[in-house]
Amino acid sequence: MHIKDTFPELYQIRKRPVSIEGVRAKLQEKRGREYWQSLEELAGSEEFEELLHREFPQHAAEWDDSTDRRTFLKLMGASLALAGLAGCSYQPPESIVPYVRQPEDLVPGKALYFATAMPFTGGCAPLLVRSYMGRPIKVEGNDLHPASLGAADVFAQASILGLYDPDRSQNLINRGEVRTYSGFLGELLTALEGQRGKQGAGLRFLSETVTSPTVGALMRDIKRRWPGSQWYQWEPAGGNNGSLGVRQAAGGFATPVYNFAAADRVLSLDSNFLECGPGALRYARDLASRRRANDGDTREICRLYAVETTPTNTGFFADNRVALKPSQFAAYVRGLAAAVGASSPALAGGTATSDEQLNKIAADLKAHAGACLVIAGDEAAPEIHALAHAMNTALGSVGKTVTYVEPIEENPTDQLNDLRTLVGEIDAGAVDILVIIGGNPVYTTPADLKLDEARMKKVRLAAHLSPYDDETSELCHWHIPQTHFLEEWGDTRAFDGTVTIQQPLITPLYNGKSACELLAAFTDNPDRRGYDIVRQYWLTEGRAALLGGAAAAGASGLAIPGASGTTPSATAAPSSTPAQAGANGGGNPPLGGGAAAPTSNTATGSNGAAPSTGAATPDAAFERAWRRALNDGFVANSAKRPAGGGGAGAAPNAGAAQGATTTPPATAQPAAPAAAGAYEIVFRTDPSVHDGRFSNNGWLQELPKPLTKLTWDNVAIISPVTAEKLGVGMAPDGAVEAGGPRRVNRLNYKGGEVEAETLRLTYRGRVFPDKNNKMHEEMVVPVFILPGQPDDVVTVQLGYGRWRSGRVGGNLREGRRGFNAYDLRTSDAMWSGTGLGVEATGDSYNLACTQIHFRMEGREIVRAGTFAEWKRDPTLAPERERKKEPPQPAGENREPEGGETMYPPYDYSEHEEVGRRGYKWGMAIDVATCVGCNACVVACQAENNIPVVGKEQVSRSREMHWLRVDAYFRGATEGPDGVYFMPVPCQQCENAPCEAVCPVHATVHSAEGLNDMVYNRCVGTRYCSNNCPYKVRRFNFLLFQDWDTPSLKMMRNPEVSVRSRGVMEKCTYCVQRIEYAKMEAEKESRKVRDGEIKTACQATCPTEAIIFGDLNDPNSRVAKLHAQKRRYDLLADLNTRPRTAYLGSVRNPNEDIGTGGAGRGESGNNAHGEA
Amino acid sequence: MQIFHHSTNTIAKVSIFGGVFLVAASLWVLAEINRSSYNTGQYIEVQQPVQFSHKHHVGDDGIDCRYCHTSVEVSNTAGMPPTKTCMNCHSQIWNESPYLEIVRASYRENKPIEWARVHDLPDFVYFNHSIHVNKGVGCASCHGRVDTMPAVYQAAPLQMEWCLACHREPERYLRPKDKITDMHWNIDDEGVTTNSENRLAENLSDERRKLGLQLKRDNRVRDAATITSCSTCHR
Repeated sequence: MHIKDTFPELYQIRKRPVSIEGVRAKLQEKRGREYWQSLEELAGSEEFEELLHREFPQHAAEWDDSTDRRTFLKLMGASLALAGLAGCSYQPPESIVPYVRQPEDLVPGKALYFATAMPFTGGCAPLLVRSYMGRPIKVEGNDLHPASLGAADVFAQASILGLYDPDRSQNLINRGEVRTYSGFLGELLTALEGQRGKQGAGLRFLSETVTSPTVGALMRDIKRRWPGSQWYQWEPAGGNNGSLGVRQAAGGFATPVYNFAAADRVLSLDSNFLECGPGALRYARDLASRRRANDGDTREICRLYAVETTPTNTGFFADNRVALKPSQFAAYVRGLAAAVGASSPALAGGTATSDEQLNKIAADLKAHAGACLVIAGDEAAPEIHALAHAMNTALGSVGKTVTYVEPIEENPTDQLNDLRTLVGEIDAGAVDILVIIGGNPVYTTPADLKLDEARMKKVRLAAHLSPYDDETSELCHWHIPQTHFLEEWGDTRAFDGTVTIQQPLITPLYNGKSACELLAAFTDNPDRRGYDIVRQYWLTEGRAALLGGAAAAGASGLAIPGASGTTPSATAAPSSTPAQAGANGGGNPPLGGGAAAPTSNTATGSNGAAPSTGAATPDAAFERAWRRALNDGFVANSAKRPAGGGGAGAAPNAGAAQGATTTPPATAQPAAPAAAGAYEIVFRTDPSVHDGRFSNNGWLQELPKPLTKLTWDNVAIISPVTAEKLGVGMAPDGAVEAGGPRRVNRLNYKGGEVEAETLRLTYRGRVFPDKNNKMHEEMVVPVFILPGQPDDVVTVQLGYGRWRSGRVGGNLREGRRGFNAYDLRTSDAMWSGTGLGVEATGDSYNLACTQIHFRMEGREIVRAGTFAEWKRDPTLAPERERKKEPPQPAGENREPEGGETMYPPYDYSEHEEVGRRGYKWGMAIDVATCVGCNACVVACQAENNIPVVGKEQVSRSREMHWLRVDAYFRGATEGPDGVYFMPVPCQQCENAPCEAVCPVHATVHSAEGLNDMVYNRCVGTRYCSNNCPYKVRRFNFLLFQDWDTPSLKMMRNPEVSVRSRGVMEKCTYCVQRIEYAKMEAEKESRKVRDGEIKTACQATCPTEAIIFGDLNDPNSRVAKLHAQKRRYDLLADLNTRPRTAYLGSVRNPNEDIGTGGAGRGESGNNAHGEA
Repeated sequence: MQIFHHSTNTIAKVSIFGGVFLVAASLWVLAEINRSSYNTGQYIEVQQPVQFSHKHHVGDDGIDCRYCHTSVEVSNTAGMPPTKTCMNCHSQIWNESPYLEIVRASYRENKPIEWARVHDLPDFVYFNHSIHVNKGVGCASCHGRVDTMPAVYQAAPLQMEWCLACHREPERYLRPKDKITDMHWNIDDEGVTTNSENRLAENLSDERRKLGLQLKRDNRVRDAATITSCSTCHR
């Protein structure tokens, strides 16, 4: 009998409602809290209070598994006896296996760093990869590369787990049987013989967006050999709309490169540019450099407007946010464009409106003409992009904040059109050989152009190169395992066109093939190694670019940080470049200033010079340039030239270019079928698994999504008003309380578990498969109420519901994870559509959401103010604190009077004994610039061997992340002003409450002020986490680490202990990095330099919101930040004196149009707010 | 009437005292077992696949430690020599010795030799050779007189109290940097071999103590509080 049956009341699922009215009332009360994290907190329900006062939710410590207690005890009896004996045994004997011949540069025990790049959706993440004894174990951004400057995003950080994923495809499979590559080549060559007569007219290639010069050259070579063949590109969530938008505005393809550092006013049109897209890291860095309010610097900080159809990090980071329904979006943007005086064919019909808010935004933009930047998101329709470009032209941004360069894609194309053509050809039976290079089109294609089984059967020979044996592989005759980017030679371009030659860090684990190697099979020389192919390209076609860049360093329009032209060694430790001086960390080189057209690199790969397949011999100059490119991680000055041949500032002349050949695609939403519902649907990629390609990555699956803090699932996001309208969450037992039946919002608690109501979606009469592949006319999805969502709009995330992913991502056998939003997506409504029918089912679904985990009882956590307020009082202290006491001198902790403390002070005097001042490690976290991208969380997980626990465990609040990013909403639930993101790691308190209560001294103060956690002493009492006011300690309730899978053993950081069950753990300030840097400095008899130690979270942060260093050094960056007036300590009144300080957020909203986006969403259906 | 015999008094006293004694004795026995070489592996010669003699190579031939353990000054591990290092000499001398067939086979077949680990710290301890060597801790201070060992054994207990003895008073064990690999330098003063000897600070001669303090200053060895912090070795 299960314990559940014995004590049902313990397990009773509480269904007490959280009422919208209550929430609203709370907000309207003057004493109501200004900041809140979840609707439940606002409503202050009983359950929430209870949850709050528990360190872990009810039953968190409980063994609740299918194994019943008796079986468990039986099993444990046996294993306990063994465990007792095992404790007395010797350490198992180990052996040492040295090399036979040791590689030249390798020093055992020391890490090597190699520069490479991760190709990703039409761009790349430039990386510096740390490798221990031949095993890549951690990636960092390449600090020399203009697209990274040291930062990396979540996907790059998690790519290490992707490399060692035990579910990766390990065999070449032909119709279900394991075969060899030569077997594949044999069948392919036979099939190609059949194509010889018709010049390859039946040969089709389908790839993702290609920016690799070598792949481009191979494709051109193939086209020469097989003139009838066609190369199509399809990416479900790439920059297709952006490319089309530029073409619409300028009459040809070009890539816009933005310079946020030069912008005083930024307008984002449905763009999540801080988080998505190839340039996101650089854009975030540049924008952040204009968003820091520094003492003594009165220059106005940049103002960011966001107009968007669903909440994004960028939108909530904005100063003024406008939430619109997709159907109203185009009209609004047209109004804006007209109001700023833009002229564009796309403007047709758009005239000045009387919308006051809109006009004020436009006026503000116009007042800052020349320092404005308008950017449209990948999800916005091409015409929106065209309007954005026209607005940039009208506002004089071109050449200042926007530069147009030649397209970075090898073969820019309309991808949707490509797919449509391909599907048409397949249907017509014209495709004999289909080669799918990467991607997963069977899963990702829109429902009306689905590459489904029926279609794939019409192809005579289909081959799929893919890292996983996935949905597409299943329907192809051949599946060829693809190498991970860390296993292959290749090349790729960053957002501005800068080329990185990728070098492998490890031999392919599973005999995979790279795209280059597979494509070589169609050329004259079919069996070539990736290295030879890439090198051959750069020896011949790419030679001029490679050498030219090296020769003419500094001639490019895009300045490269660090002294390019000197010899920086990318293979040295990444922290060797001293941090840029100054507390604001600004001073990044200007980007895309468009000052001078490069002169030397005239022959870029895309010019299609005939490649000489003969053996060109590498000379000394080539060898030097090649090695340098590999060492630095990019080819100097390989950024694309400004487009249009007109040199700098070649603006697409929006007025002149009528786009004669390019009629604007139909962007208007097709009329909804008559009987369809009144709701609109918005599609977005998932912040964690993107378009589904990362769905088997446990780190990403478990990563709380920035705004919803959900893990392991996708949901349908609706606004609170819509929820009320739909009656989502009518109390299930029909409980009627005083005042009629109340609406529950979305949460009920069983421990920390979230029970979400489900919705039934119907969409344009389509049918959807359920979990058992039965077809239904409706799709049932869990709902999540997110403040800030426009009313009557349902946002769904792509990337879930896969039926042939791995053990993590879900499959048919073990059950799908989430629902498949691609089933709802059609080619005429790729990112949004009308005609969605929505109704509540009354059922519920369990979600694992961390929003309510580890709360800090609603105390004054976030400090924020407007720029004007900051100028008045730079401390940003809340009203009551200011009344109580005068602002304290900067840098001082606000302790209780007299500094009374229960904790005995730590004696640091021993440092002076040897005549040297010791280190005092500290950290500063800037709430003003944190964009909530989560890169720090994954970086921490990779660096510190943090395990994945799974959905069930997350719902019990057992997630192990050492660092969490709290999201604090502010303002009304209908239209919150914004979200303040706040990374919370261990605060390393001076008076640490955790240390005082540990009975075994497992957590103790170090001489440099760290709260050391000694795993081998810990006996798991959990007193420390009970006593931690910040709730940053994590306990290994179960054996979360995978000790057995061989590939995962290779992944772990050897510098950090792998923790076992029953041990407490927490952030250590990356003490392994501290110790390493200290030892290196000691060996040279010097002190650790400022910036030499970067914690994992700091190193990867795109906005430099986290800074670590020595507080005893008054010139260190962190000490200067601690001295800023807007610095505050978290829960300072507890007198824990944390070493981590926060900097209050300063935003710069346009006061004329009310605070933030409040009010906009309130009016529901009304397009123009108050109007 | 007496129920208990007179001797009961004695028995009671003895058993009270004996109980205390028994507890103390068993604690002492446990501590001794814990420190014994049965537990620590100290003094136990480890058999290697190749009968390599440090006594011969270091003691008789006078080869410096760093000829084979190349990374000791720069890395956390001292480094085990690749087969190539053996073959530097043994392709010329003893190149037909049957003892060295394993080495030749390894070189020929490109298959590494699997040596048995002698000094094995627990996995939660992060020891770095380079910082110790650079601050003036000699090889022999921890590894003992390797030049007298035909088969290498663990000369020190490698328990935490043994580590801490030096981290608390590094001056007792520091030596000039040019004497790091010297096997003969003043080793007797250091008393590295057992835990108990470490506590006998008074054994140190004044001259030796003066030198130690001087070296501590010159080599900029950090204060005891810093190097006995937990995170120095555990992370």
